[in-house]
Amino acid sequence: MEKSYIVKQISIFSENRPGRLAAIAGALRDAGINIFAFSIAEADGFGVVRALVDRPEDAHRTLTDLGFRVSFTDVIGVKMRDEPGGLSDIAALLGDAGINIEYAYAYSGKDEAVLILRVDQVEDAVRQILDRGGELLKASLSR
Amino acid sequence: MAPWNPRMEEITPEELQRLQFKLAKSLVYRLYSFNDFYRRRMKEHHVHPDDIRTLEDVAKLPFMYKRDLRDGYPDKIFSAEQNELVRYHVSSGTTGKPTVVGYTERDIENWSESLARGFSSCGLGRGDVIQVSYGYGLFTGGLGAHYGAERVGATVLPTSVGNTERQVELMQDLHVTAIACTPSYLLHMGEVAEKMGVSIKNDTDLRIGFLGAEPWSEQMRGRIEDWLGIRAYDIYGTSELSGPMFTECAEQQGIHIWGDLALVEIVDPATGEVLAPGEQGELTITMLQKEALPMVRYRIGDLTALEEDACACGRTHPRIGRIRGRVDDMLIIRGINVFPSQVEHALLEIPQVGRHFQIVVDRKGALDSMLVRVEVSEEAFSDKITELMVIKRKVEHRLRGSLNVGVDVELVEPGTLPRFEGKSKKVVDRRSL
Repeated sequence: MEKSYIVKQISIFSENRPGRLAAIAGALRDAGINIFAFSIAEADGFGVVRALVDRPEDAHRTLTDLGFRVSFTDVIGVKMRDEPGGLSDIAALLGDAGINIEYAYAYSGKDEAVLILRVDQVEDAVRQILDRGGELLKASLSR
Repeated sequence: MAPWNPRMEEITPEELQRLQFKLAKSLVYRLYSFNDFYRRRMKEHHVHPDDIRTLEDVAKLPFMYKRDLRDGYPDKIFSAEQNELVRYHVSSGTTGKPTVVGYTERDIENWSESLARGFSSCGLGRGDVIQVSYGYGLFTGGLGAHYGAERVGATVLPTSVGNTERQVELMQDLHVTAIACTPSYLLHMGEVAEKMGVSIKNDTDLRIGFLGAEPWSEQMRGRIEDWLGIRAYDIYGTSELSGPMFTECAEQQGIHIWGDLALVEIVDPATGEVLAPGEQGELTITMLQKEALPMVRYRIGDLTALEEDACACGRTHPRIGRIRGRVDDMLIIRGINVFPSQVEHALLEIPQVGRHFQIVVDRKGALDSMLVRVEVSEEAFSDKITELMVIKRKVEHRLRGSLNVGVDVELVEPGTLPRFEGKSKKVVDRRSL
């Protein structure tokens, strides 16, 4: 039951130089893959592009074939009210539940806002959030 | 400048050649009798000590290479027992294994004598204070220059490398008149001094520099001399010869190679054929008096030529011109020899990165920087930046450990580094000398 809320994010290693994001995004476009959310984490000379897509397996294969270093990472998406205080409520909930966030990014979509989280104990976090009345994105949204 | 050892330094060329022949002949007999490695090598080449009847016959002897030292690690080709040795120095080898050089008391004596002649030919002597800013320790530079300078009666300030501001303070406070270091470190010191409000030219007593352990040019000499108000002399050596061993004299017309200690040949790197004076080729040296680690026709890998005319200083020994390059892919980073094969070897032991790499050498300010670009392996790729940074630091740490020089590592995307073997793409050297 917790598993149905664990979303497969694709993570792509990228050098920090012009045109790399265009190469990734262009490849996904050509494969007809839709990107729901993405973020870039930057370090010393390199970065990691993280994305939620509608067809993670296809995205993984497409990018790997092009020579990119790609991996899947389990994340969860916590739904937020798209109005003042939305993030505050969720942050309070996560704090109460003692969930340690490794990284997070968010998107504000047509229907709702979602906070995407990578945590250490993902199944435990799912249970904690649901127990406290939080709402999670279903993994089935992406195929 | 007056010679340190006039009888030897002003020997006639004929007498010198006679002496060299005697020394070479007895060296070969000694090695044939007592050194298993070299006897085997001579037998393989069908040459016997009796075949050495003239000095030119030395060309019949087989060459030695860096790999012979590596294969003989640590002391298999030594010609002295451990209890006869007074010192070891260790330099990094071409792959993972270092090269060990042992010294008898006599070896240290000859090394010091050689540098004493060189130092005094540039006017260093009693009353001078010389700052030795070569590294002390396993590297030969610091202790080598130290012993040579003490021999001529100079006062040695053994600062070693680093802590540059303190070096500038000491240079002023102790009235340092000479320095031994790499040319790039001296330029760096000049820059640091300026930031401290000190002009080496106007605010110190520095007048002589013995600069070496890395390639430099006449143009760089001009810059150093004008800016710092000193005379800058080239100093040459490698750990296999002992360490820094030979210098220019005050004429600055090539490096005097003391013929009673070392027999120079310039050979065609491809054929091994001995070349005439004036022709560029690979420097090949036979150490005529070395006891612990004999070197016969050792192919150093540096490209240069013998000077043809006699030096105006009156010293009669052969001279070599500036080093023009290398026959192999050796790099010199802040005075330390680095072979790309060492990087390759070190990377093989780190599963988190692939075996392909690229070395980018540059000069930031006056100092060399070395960047090694590596590809993250599939298994090691983590979505977490912190884990990637751990890999980067691990590779930096490993490379520093095996190369003895600080290295920056850049993680790059798979498949982006040059695949084919060959120096041209594996090493990008952006330094201009």
